[in-house]
Amino acid sequence: MPEEVVRIPTQRDLAALEAGLDALEATGTPRSEPLRRVLRALLPPVLAAAALLGVWDLLVLAQVKPGWVLPGPGDVYDALRGDWSRYGIGDALWGSISRAIIGFGASVLLGTLIGLAAAGSRTLRAAVAPLLSGLQNLPSVAWVPIAIMWFGITPATIYTVMLLGAVPSVAIGLIDGIDQVPPIFRRVGGNLGARGLILVRRILLPAALPAYVSGLKQGWAFSWRSLMAAELIAVSPTLGPGIGQTLELARENQDMALAFATVLLILGLGVLVNLVAFGPVERRLRHRRGLGRA
Amino acid sequence: MTTSTSDFLERAASSALVEASAPAVRLEGVCKSFGNAAPPVLDDIDLDVAAGELLCVLGASGCGKSTLLNLVAGLDRPSAGRIFVDGGHAALMFQESALFPWLTAAGNVELALRLRKVPKVERREEARRLLSLVRLDGAADKRVHELSGGMRQRVAMARALAQNSAVLLMDEPFAALDAITRDVLHEELISLWDGNARAGRPLAIVFVTHNVREAVRLGQRVVLLSSRPGRVAREWTVDLPQPRRIEDSGVANLAAEITSELRREISRHA
Repeated sequence: MPEEVVRIPTQRDLAALEAGLDALEATGTPRSEPLRRVLRALLPPVLAAAALLGVWDLLVLAQVKPGWVLPGPGDVYDALRGDWSRYGIGDALWGSISRAIIGFGASVLLGTLIGLAAAGSRTLRAAVAPLLSGLQNLPSVAWVPIAIMWFGITPATIYTVMLLGAVPSVAIGLIDGIDQVPPIFRRVGGNLGARGLILVRRILLPAALPAYVSGLKQGWAFSWRSLMAAELIAVSPTLGPGIGQTLELARENQDMALAFATVLLILGLGVLVNLVAFGPVERRLRHRRGLGRA
Repeated sequence: MTTSTSDFLERAASSALVEASAPAVRLEGVCKSFGNAAPPVLDDIDLDVAAGELLCVLGASGCGKSTLLNLVAGLDRPSAGRIFVDGGHAALMFQESALFPWLTAAGNVELALRLRKVPKVERREEARRLLSLVRLDGAADKRVHELSGGMRQRVAMARALAQNSAVLLMDEPFAALDAITRDVLHEELISLWDGNARAGRPLAIVFVTHNVREAVRLGQRVVLLSSRPGRVAREWTVDLPQPRRIEDSGVANLAAEITSELRREISRHA
């Protein structure tokens, strides 16, 4: 548009007025310096973990239970170091992690496809949502016997249990996200000319993203749990090593320190993935949308 | 002129043949009822909005103001009657800015351009130009939550302008703002509207409000809708020069007259 628009006398006042109003009303989002932010985020959980470790050590020192029932942190550490190569814990870890990657990846793919298919139709969403949340409430370990009877003790059994555990969470996350898109966004999108797939791609999916990421996070937790349950029950040399099998091995050998060490490894891995993968993504999403802390 | 979105929106081309100053919006005998048993929300509305006209639509609750805008915007279909919109499309603004929180201010405007298939190379610059029209050059990269209510509505205005329609529909766009900000945005709106007219691209605005003074402050014409069913009860031409101020005595006098008429309308429902 040509800039020959004649400025009416009040234009300058208006500009100053608006600049003033904007300055008064705009809410900046001050971010504290990175080091302090990291400290503030890390310090409380680290302190809590240290306190827990201290209480554990005190209980061991007080000998509330004999050492083979309640090993101390030191024993667990020694077990981890000593048994690492003897039991092939590294291989077991890698075996579980690679299964987790494949199983979770497949769950994300499948869950997303189901969610997307349901995205198009409110009726379909209403039909599928109760089924999915029912499945989600069913502990996936309940599928282990059935899966074993179907597939024997094979990777297929493990992946079946993982999928049944994680797919509902991923799909529900996406479906909830799309259901919760404010109706006005659809109207605005329609008015701007977004229809069909373009509406989904440009408006619905971005709007549903935070709920989808929550679904992924929960899906990860469920697939990690399902994997452990399946590995613990379906033990066979043909299946290759896994951290769940290591735990079962510790039980057979009555090696409490190793059992504790393995549980800590399982816990640590789950937390690590949340901390490294989902935490930053979720924080960034919420920050950009001005949604306060999760 | 773009293609019409639905069959009941006729192309402006046909109306352009009729006369040089074809209306921007024309409603002929428009009725709207939701469900068969329910009484009509809108009953036999005949209304013309001239190209470049600023028309304010006033009415109490239940007069179907928002329904009227939805029909003109093509978001809903009339039960009877015909609606013509110049270019087949009208931009729409709401009380909430309805900006997309995953995009920046500029991103919101650029999305409107993208959906209009403006080439990528032009989008960025055009979005900056539109934002500078509402004096938000400095806020282009801000996220929606970092903007005040008034700034959000200005971005929404820039986004509506990005649709390049000859008609802008506004559904109580300033109702949620404080009085000071609203006053400033009245000026902003008049300045944009005026700028468009001077640039030879007249923008017809249909401004729906329940605020009588706001209607008189802004409109060249004020239409009063009755409630249940919504009909055009009366209309006034506002013969006051722009720029006006909301505290002008001329504005106050006409507003008083319209208010008494509005009260009479409401009392009929007692």
